Amino acid sequence: MHEHDVIVVGAGGAGLRAAIAAQKAGADTAIVTKLHPVRSHTGAAEGGINAALREGDDWELHAYDTMKGSDYLGDAPAIETLAQDAPEDVIRLEHWGMPFSREEDGRVSQRPFGGLSFPRTTYAGAETGHHLLHTMYEQVVKHGVQVYDEWFVSQLAVTDHDDPEDRRCHGVVGYDVKSGEVAGFKANKGVILATGGPGQVFDHTTNAVSCTGDGQAMAYRAGAPLEDMEFVQFHPTTLPSTGVLISEGVRGEGGILYNDEGERFMFEHGYANNEGELASRDVVARAELTEVGEGRGVDDEYVHLDMRHLGEERIMDRLENILHLAEDFEGVDGLVEPMPVKPGQHYEMGGIETDENGETCIDGLYAAGECACASVHGANRLGGNALPELIVFGKRAGKHAAGEDLGEAEITTGRTDETEPGEVDSPVSLGAVDTSDEDVAADGAAIEGESVVEHAVESERERVNHLLEKDEGVQHAEIRERLQKAMTENVNVFRNEEGLKTALREIRKAREDYQDVYVDDPSRTFNTDLQQTIETRNLIDIAETITLGALARDEFRGAHWRQEHQERKDDEWLKHTLISWDEGSPDLWYKPVVLEGENKTYEPKERSY
Amino acid sequence: MSTQETSAETEDAQPETEPAGSSHQDRRMQEKRERQAERDRQTEADAEAEAAENTVQIKVFRYDPEVEGKQEPRFDDFHVPFEKGMTVLDALIYARDHFDSSLTFRHSCRQAVCGSDAFFINGSQRLGCKTQLVELEEPVRIEPLPHQDVVKDLVVDMQHFYEQMEAVEPYFQEEDLPDAENLEEQRQDPENREKIKMSSRCIWCGACMSSCNIAAGDNEYLGPAAINKAYKFAMDDREGEDLKQHRLNILEQEHGVWRCQTQFSCTNVCPKDIPLTEHIQELKREAVKNNLKFW
Repeated sequence: MHEHDVIVVGAGGAGLRAAIAAQKAGADTAIVTKLHPVRSHTGAAEGGINAALREGDDWELHAYDTMKGSDYLGDAPAIETLAQDAPEDVIRLEHWGMPFSREEDGRVSQRPFGGLSFPRTTYAGAETGHHLLHTMYEQVVKHGVQVYDEWFVSQLAVTDHDDPEDRRCHGVVGYDVKSGEVAGFKANKGVILATGGPGQVFDHTTNAVSCTGDGQAMAYRAGAPLEDMEFVQFHPTTLPSTGVLISEGVRGEGGILYNDEGERFMFEHGYANNEGELASRDVVARAELTEVGEGRGVDDEYVHLDMRHLGEERIMDRLENILHLAEDFEGVDGLVEPMPVKPGQHYEMGGIETDENGETCIDGLYAAGECACASVHGANRLGGNALPELIVFGKRAGKHAAGEDLGEAEITTGRTDETEPGEVDSPVSLGAVDTSDEDVAADGAAIEGESVVEHAVESERERVNHLLEKDEGVQHAEIRERLQKAMTENVNVFRNEEGLKTALREIRKAREDYQDVYVDDPSRTFNTDLQQTIETRNLIDIAETITLGALARDEFRGAHWRQEHQERKDDEWLKHTLISWDEGSPDLWYKPVVLEGENKTYEPKERSY
Repeated sequence: MSTQETSAETEDAQPETEPAGSSHQDRRMQEKRERQAERDRQTEADAEAEAAENTVQIKVFRYDPEVEGKQEPRFDDFHVPFEKGMTVLDALIYARDHFDSSLTFRHSCRQAVCGSDAFFINGSQRLGCKTQLVELEEPVRIEPLPHQDVVKDLVVDMQHFYEQMEAVEPYFQEEDLPDAENLEEQRQDPENREKIKMSSRCIWCGACMSSCNIAAGDNEYLGPAAINKAYKFAMDDREGEDLKQHRLNILEQEHGVWRCQTQFSCTNVCPKDIPLTEHIQELKREAVKNNLKFW
C-alpha cells in the first residue's frame, strides 16, 4: 500500500499541473500514470493556448467568445474562471521556460483562431502541446513529485454509501504494467483524475490509442455523474487515412478550404459569411460533410486545405510541424499541393461533473482537463481553449485538494432542488448485464477508511486473476473494433434516432460479449492484452453515455445535430444532461445551465459566424 | 435558431434556384452514386485480390521471461495484409489484434510525438509509426532497441535513459515567478528562440542513445539526448550567465560532452531531425571558452 496526501491519476497537461500545484501547496503528492508523463497525448496538441494578454483584449471578451462558442451550454462561473486565470497561468508557463514563438519585440506571439474576436492564441510553432507537456514535466521533476509511471489505475477506492453524495474517495487501485502487481494507493487528502479523453470510442480519431476514457468510466461507476457526454467535437481538419490532426492554426494563419470544384465553400455556399474558415469547429465540420454529401467532396470523402499561398518562410516559422505530418502520414507536400482533410473525433466536451475548483460530488474526488466537465465548453469547444483548461483547472484542483481555500464554488454538483429526472426510450436494456456482480454498486468498496482501499485492491486482484485464468472466449480487440465502427457510423457529426438506437443495440452486444472476454496472454510481465481488455470495458460504458445523451437531447446545439430536430430549443434545453451509474444501470437527469456571470448575464443569441 | 443549412433544407429550397443549378446538382449526386457503386465493386475485388497475394512479412523479436517457450529469445513471422500507407506500427497492431494478442510493444499517439515506439527496424533505430513499410526490404525485421534491457518482446527498460535525462537538471531554474500584479513574460529574441528550436523537439524516444557506441560502452556517459536537453537550457538567453555556467560545469565532467566521438549515429537516427552531434560540438566549444580565462 502506497500512501500520499494527494494522488493524481494521469500525467498529461492537467495531471502535471495539478501535481505541481498540490506539491507547492505543501501536500505530499504522487502521480500514477499508465504512460510515462512525456508520452501523454497533450504532447500532440498543436494549435495554441488562448489567453487575453494584450492591449485591446480582456478576459470578458474571451469569456464571451467561449460562451457563444459553447452555444450557451457552458456555465458562466467556469467560463469566467478560465478567462480570468488563463493570462497568469500562461505567463507562468513562459517563466518555467516554455519556448513560445516570439514577436520581433521579444513578446510571446498570438494568432487568430476559430470563433475568437481577438487573436489571443499563444503558440509554440505548431507543436504547442509538446512544449507545454515537456515544460510541465520538467517542473514536476524539479519539485520532486513522485511519479509511478506505467502503473495503470483501474479502480477507485470509494465508500459504498447508497447516495453517491455521501461517498468518499480514499484512493485508487493501480496495476503495475511492468510486473503485474496490483497495489493500493491511499490518498489522505484527495484523488485528482486527469486521464484525458475517450477518443478511442471512435475509429477515426485524433486521439492516441491510450485515450480510453479510464477516469471518466471509473468515476462514473463509483457514482459521480457524467455530464453532457453527447457533445463530441469532430475536428474539421484531420488526415483522411489516419485521423492525424492538422491544426486549426493552418486556418488561423490564413489557410483556405476548397471543395472538389475549387469553390471556397465556407463563403460560397453560405456556411459562415463573415468568418469563413474561422467559424467554430462544429460549423466547419458540418459544412465539409455537407459538401461531401452533396457530391462536391474530393474523391467523395474529403475536402482540400490549402496553405501554399502563405509562403515557405511563414509556414516554416509557424506551421513546420504540419508539413512533417502531411508528408509522413499522407504523403503530401503542403508547400506544393493542398492537403486532404476531413472531420475526425477530437475532443469530448462532456465529462465528470465538477465545479470550478475541480471537485466532484464525491468527497475527496476531483477531476480536471478533458476528462472533466465544469462546464467550460458546453456544446462546442473553441480551438485554443483546451490547453488553458488543463492548466487553469489542473492548478485549481491541485490547490483545492491540498487544502487551499479557493472560495465557495458557484457551480453545484450532484442533485439539488433544481435538478429534474429525465427519460429516454431505449430499444435495449442498459448498463451492467449481470447486476448481481458485487462491483456494480460502487466498484466493490467498503465503508471504512483504510479498509476501503484494501477492499478495492482485493476486488481488483480477483478481476485480474479471473481475466488471466480464463482460457477461452472473446478477445477484446474484436469487441473494441465493432464498438468503434458502430459509434463512428451512428454517433458522428450527423445523428438521427434510428442510428442512435442501432448504436445502443451494438453497445448492448458489446456488453454481452464482454461477459465472455478473456486474456490470451498468460504473462504478468507487461501484459498489454490485459490492460486493453480492462480499457475496453471503460470504452463500452462511455459509448453508452454518449449515445444515451444524444438520443435524449432532441434539439440541435453546438456539436450535437439531430436530423429530426434541426433547431436549438432554448425554452426546453438550456440544461445539462447528466447520467449516473445507479446500481448497475444508467440514470438520466438534468440540471439548468448557469448563465449568470460576475458582471452580467449571458443572453442566448442566434449563433452565426 | 440554426444557422446551418442542412441538406434537407437545401433540397426544399431547390425550386427557388435556377433549374440549371439544380440539374447540375442532380447530375453531381447521380455521378456520386455511380462512383460509390463502382468503388464498392472495386473494394470487394481489391479485398479479395489483396487477401490472395498482397501481404507483407514481418519478423518480430519475441521474449518473455515468464512464459515457457519465450524465455529463449526467438523470431516470429507474421504475414500481414498490406494496405497503402501502412506503417511498421500498423503491421504490428494488425499482427497483435488478429494473430497473437500477447505480442507486446509500446505505442500511443501514432503520429511521432509521444516517442513510445522506437524499435530496431531492419538494423536501424526508427519510430514504428513513422516508418512506411514500402520503404523496407522484406522480410521486415523488428527488434527491441539495442543496448537496453529487454522487458518483453519489443519493450525495453527505459529507466537508465530517464535517469540520464534527469541528471542534467532539465528544468528552468527561474524562481522569480509572476503574479497578478506583475504579469509580464520574459522577453526573448525570435533569433534565440530559433536557436533552441530544434533541441526543444526531442520526444525522449531513446533512438539516439540506443545507436550510440559510446553510450553502449560507458554506462555513465550522459548520452546525446540528455546533452541535447542541456543544450536547450544552456543556449536559452532567458536563464542568464550564472546558470549557463552551472550547466556547462555539469556537461564538462568526465562522462559528459568530451566522451562524444562524433560518429553522427545519433543524428542519423533522430526521428525529429535534431542535429545532435552539432549541438554536442557546440557545447564542447563553449566548454573550452569557459575554461580559457583571459584576464
